[in-house]
Amino acid sequence: MSATSGKFLVGIFDDEDVLLHSIPDIRNSGVKILEVFSPFPLHGLDEALGYERSKLDIAAFFFGLTGTLTALTMISYMMFFDWPMMIGGKSNFPLPDFIPVTFELTVLFCAYGMTITFFIISNLIPGVKPILFDKRCTDHKFVMAIDLSKNKMSEEEITNILKENGASEVNQKEF
Amino acid sequence: MHVTSPVREPLVLGNKSYHDVTQDIACRVEEKPTKLWFIAFGVSLVMLALGSASLFQTWRLGIGVWGLNKTVGWAWDITNFVWWVGIGHAGTLISAVLMLFRQKWRTGINRAAEAMTIFAVLCAGSFILMHMGRTWLAHWALPLPNTYGSLWVNFNSPLVWDVFAISTYLLVSLLFWYLGMVPDLATIRDRAVNPISKSCYGFFSLGWTGSAKHWQRYEQVSLILAGLSTPLVLSVHTIVSMDFATSVIPGWHTTIFPPYFVAGAIFSGFAMVLTLMLVTRKVYKLEEYITMTHIESMNKIIILTGSIVGIAYITEFFIAWYSGVEYESYCFINRATGPYAWAYWAMMTCNVISPQLFWFKKIRTNLVATFVLSIIVNIGMWFERFVIIVSSLHRDYLPSSWAMFYPTMYDVGDYIFTFGLFFTLFFLFAKYLPVVNMAEVKAVLKSSTDKPNHNH
Repeated sequence: MSATSGKFLVGIFDDEDVLLHSIPDIRNSGVKILEVFSPFPLHGLDEALGYERSKLDIAAFFFGLTGTLTALTMISYMMFFDWPMMIGGKSNFPLPDFIPVTFELTVLFCAYGMTITFFIISNLIPGVKPILFDKRCTDHKFVMAIDLSKNKMSEEEITNILKENGASEVNQKEF
Repeated sequence: MHVTSPVREPLVLGNKSYHDVTQDIACRVEEKPTKLWFIAFGVSLVMLALGSASLFQTWRLGIGVWGLNKTVGWAWDITNFVWWVGIGHAGTLISAVLMLFRQKWRTGINRAAEAMTIFAVLCAGSFILMHMGRTWLAHWALPLPNTYGSLWVNFNSPLVWDVFAISTYLLVSLLFWYLGMVPDLATIRDRAVNPISKSCYGFFSLGWTGSAKHWQRYEQVSLILAGLSTPLVLSVHTIVSMDFATSVIPGWHTTIFPPYFVAGAIFSGFAMVLTLMLVTRKVYKLEEYITMTHIESMNKIIILTGSIVGIAYITEFFIAWYSGVEYESYCFINRATGPYAWAYWAMMTCNVISPQLFWFKKIRTNLVATFVLSIIVNIGMWFERFVIIVSSLHRDYLPSSWAMFYPTMYDVGDYIFTFGLFFTLFFLFAKYLPVVNMAEVKAVLKSSTDKPNHNH
């Protein structure tokens, strides 16, 4: 989120179903919603707001693949190229034996790669100050933030639209 | 949309609103530590202190202070390692596997169970470091470039697989637990009055606000982590079982070990979750969040995994006879009638008979019976590892090598250290972090309560 200054209207909803049903109507009225905040994930919210699918899963796949290749390269270098040893008369590259370590490194790289990427692209970093439009968004309220500078409609019009669609409160917020 | 199921018991009782959920769980973090907490914490610190003294001596004088000998090279050290790793598996199972199976009841217990996993794996890891003897050379287990020609580790060995498996397991469990906690830490940050609390919880909550975009990514990351952790649970204990299965001695060299160990791990892990949760829910007054449904569901998993363990025992025994291999047959005759028969029969009683009692609804819905049986199961599972390790080692192929193992006070003391470590960490967790995942419970609130609550 890059919006950290200006004037905003903050619509507070008490019920997530009311919120979810209101979004298509609010968007159709011409209001541009900046973001919606909730204390827990709401199924269908990202679709209603028109957000693109996250591509973290593709990133996760490539991190995992990196893990697999790292493991196999490391093991084959060490066991086959650098210092092959006679261990029980067995082959120098018994692939089944190398599966456990390869699997573990795949999982490790995938998990950490994906999660750290998630934190970085979402700007979720230790020490970052949260941009809260209403503190109750982490407790029990559903908060809809509207950036007045990005909307052509007036404050009263937007307030009325929000209230008509079920917002229990509409507050102003300035950063 | 509120849905009242005609067949399912509600998961959250008491007509809770979202704010109630926040209040009930966050208040335990926000309140001052109670007298009971100080007593419990004090006891665990005493165990940690005594155990540390024992551990220091073990480290200083060497592992000769244990009762090990040439014949019985592994005993309490590895028994305790496998016991703790096994316990750790329930947390990941609850967080990951139950998520994939869409079992909403996991939300009441997954936070505490994952915490238990992390602390249990730390205890297991401490035994690995201890049993090396020269712990300052522990880095030799890693494939690091060195000045010995670069002497590499043997990737064919399950002991090396263990290094990667246990490390990965600890790190991924920690990640999954922490990720799940970020929204809850934000909740506590936003309620915090004390500036130190606010900045600490603020630091670790990473500036979380619950925006829709972040939740979208969070949900995807959680699902993928669950998908990764599930094979991780299965692979880690399989690899631990390979420490035995890939050897040559009777009683160890058997292909049943991987599924047998995994089922046993889940069995003991759930028993430990029950032991911890039955006390936590009482003390923290969380009976409306960790309900009889949760307890019954966990008991049903105990029946399932306990039965698999029982069938594995029968299979082992049958194959030992059917194979015609006299060494394998002797191993089992010795287990049942030899000098460690008392341990074998303790194991059989605790592991085979006790979980079967949960078939009776009266027993599986009884809190006292569940608590007692959960402890019995854990004792039984300790004996199982002891029987597998010590009875197979003390009498294998060559009778002239047969010997007995007797634990010394350092074997016991080092075990007490891990109890001290586990409970110290657990009580710190219970005091300073929310023991129930508030965001996930709120997410299932509407579909799993008895009556819709309009007072949010």
